[in-house]
Amino acid sequence: MTHPCLVTLDSRSAPRTLFSGDRLVDVDLPTGTRVLYSKPPLEALKDVDAAIRYAISHPYNSEPLYAKLRPGMKVTIAIDDISLPLPQMKRPDVRERVLTVVLDLLADHAVDDVEIIIATSVHRRMKDWEVRHVVGDKIFNAYWPKRLYNHDAENAANMAYIGTTEMGEEVELNRRAVESDLVIYVNLNLVPMDGGHKSVAVGLCGYRSLRAHHNPKVMRDCHSYMDPSSSALATSVERMGRLTNQKLNVFTIETTINNRMFDRPLEFLARNEDDLTTTEKNSLRVLKFTLDKLPQPARQAIFQRVPSPFGVTGVFAGETEAVHAHTLKRAYEQYLVPVVGQADILITGIPYISPYNVNSFLNPLLVQVMASGYLFNLYKGVPMVKKGGTMIILHPCTDQFDNEHHAPYIEFVHRLLPETRDAMELHRRYEAKFAANPAYIEMYRAGNAYHPTHPFFMWYWGEAGRQHLGRTIVVGADNEYIPKLLGWETARTMDEALRMAKTTAPPRPEILALHTPPIMMAETSLEKPRASFGPESAFG
Amino acid sequence: MAASYFDVDGTLVTTNLVHPTVFYLLNQPTPLHSLAKLGRAVLRAPWMALAEVQDRRLFNELLFSSFEGVSEDRLLSLAEEAFEKVMKPNIFPGAKDLVQISLDKGHDVVIVSGALDFLMKLLADHLGATGIIANHLEIKDHFATGKLLRPVVAGPEKARLVREHARSKGHDLDECFGYSDSYSDVPMLSVVGHPAAVNPDRKLSLLANAYHWPILRLAA
Repeated sequence: MTHPCLVTLDSRSAPRTLFSGDRLVDVDLPTGTRVLYSKPPLEALKDVDAAIRYAISHPYNSEPLYAKLRPGMKVTIAIDDISLPLPQMKRPDVRERVLTVVLDLLADHAVDDVEIIIATSVHRRMKDWEVRHVVGDKIFNAYWPKRLYNHDAENAANMAYIGTTEMGEEVELNRRAVESDLVIYVNLNLVPMDGGHKSVAVGLCGYRSLRAHHNPKVMRDCHSYMDPSSSALATSVERMGRLTNQKLNVFTIETTINNRMFDRPLEFLARNEDDLTTTEKNSLRVLKFTLDKLPQPARQAIFQRVPSPFGVTGVFAGETEAVHAHTLKRAYEQYLVPVVGQADILITGIPYISPYNVNSFLNPLLVQVMASGYLFNLYKGVPMVKKGGTMIILHPCTDQFDNEHHAPYIEFVHRLLPETRDAMELHRRYEAKFAANPAYIEMYRAGNAYHPTHPFFMWYWGEAGRQHLGRTIVVGADNEYIPKLLGWETARTMDEALRMAKTTAPPRPEILALHTPPIMMAETSLEKPRASFGPESAFG
Repeated sequence: MAASYFDVDGTLVTTNLVHPTVFYLLNQPTPLHSLAKLGRAVLRAPWMALAEVQDRRLFNELLFSSFEGVSEDRLLSLAEEAFEKVMKPNIFPGAKDLVQISLDKGHDVVIVSGALDFLMKLLADHLGATGIIANHLEIKDHFATGKLLRPVVAGPEKARLVREHARSKGHDLDECFGYSDSYSDVPMLSVVGHPAAVNPDRKLSLLANAYHWPILRLAA
């Protein structure tokens, strides 16, 4: 029996409504198509503050936080940045709740030398109002900007080398954290690739450390970013994290949230279209009509500026690996839907948001990272689509970039991709030059731009998907040259895309469609081989 | 090795060519001399305003004609004070960082300005820049004639001088960087492989957005 979140379409099924950027599109999918929906949100904790206090007093594989404190010690608290969660959660953000409890505890133990660092790594700096949303007014007013600030990976004086792993990975981290008596990491875990050793060893590092694993070779060896046990990236980060924890006194606090991304009036967007009430169907029609009529900035504002009512489902504290095992378990509980058999054709809409375009436009390179990177990797076990299969995506692929946030992306897409799409060649010929570009570095340090190497990482992020997929076809692109630059084909309609995909698929292809957001993950297993009725098996 | 070419006024400092010039005019040997110099400058102001819009080179020539009759000694002895009082407090907070990043990446850092060489030398020393392309006053018998030596550094001429500088130092222009705040420097920005608009005026901002040039705000 299949899971209720895996729906097989029949001839009476309604069209599916999928995201195409910040618009909604109805698509008729063939009978027999399996559509993967997200699980209902896990029940949220009733008393989050109590859960936080309990977690830090009863940690895993560590003494309680209060026992680690002594008057006059130097403490650094690092927190996840704006890339989590997506979109932002309603206030109070769970990081504010954890910080409030932790800061009170530190004050009670006469620990005054406390700084809070936003662990941006090479992401863009958060703006003051974005930080205020995450940490709350009280903490913001007390700490910003002297004792609450963004990590700066390009300030050489601000970074400290702590060692090299047995595999030659150099670990260089934020000096304040390295020189602290205690580092407390406050994480918000959205998907299974977040958290764990990635928090400190990536969040507080710079390009020198990142290049050890954010490169095409390592990315090609990742068989799901969402399954640390089969991700070369996670393995490398783990090695660096273990070295970090040998040198630094790290206390990890991880939190998990459910997948309640849409608030009540839009909750139906997560549901099976066949189960919608008449009112919900009408609401969906009105929403689609409105989105079609609104200008893009207004659509962006509707989806990005309205925070989501995520509920906190778990708080775990203590030693990094012990904590993360519990976090992963809870995350999988929310996301995993068993799927038997790989598809020949995988269909997905590309929504309006990724970890890297909060409060800005999802540019073509990020569309690529969403398709070949994140959505392709939403599996545990074997990939959702067979090797050499086709991925059909819906997105306009508009040639638009946010000059403030994504300045180096523009040069990457328009100057480098026309030269080559080969990740190894891009890595070899251009990455170091971008890494040394003073204008982009200044925009990262003093402005709100991503680091000049970030577009490379975004391209590498799609590398495992590119290596696995035979073709990617875009439905609804408003131009042909961007898909072509990304190595994709275009189709005007889903029917046309399916006809194209079938030319390279076996007869009666298996089709799987992802109904996301909200987030889900396929726990994919290979189909059991059919019993043979030949003489050997029958009598042999 | 690559080079980074920096415009100065509005790019690295908030002041412009007029500020240090006024400082010099106010610091003549006697108040009467200062008054006379200022008076002449005020009379020329409408022409300078017109020239500013029409032709940057002409503006520079009109402005620096105010130095006519100033002794070489006075020019040099007042330079340090002019730099300390007029320019140094007005350097953008991020300017030194940007120059330092460029130096750290091994760039030859060159200041390209219509201002006078003896002031730019002090700015270059302060920021750690490795070269200057600036205007030179003509000096005869130890007194400024009020004329500028050719070539006058302004507008499109900056582009030619940058090209010439890069060639003489063996820099590949495709690998070089250019920074300016002003639309009048588009020729200079266009000859380098990596142009960037810094605190741009409206016209340059529009152009930088259209061509996806990085836009930096050093004032922040």
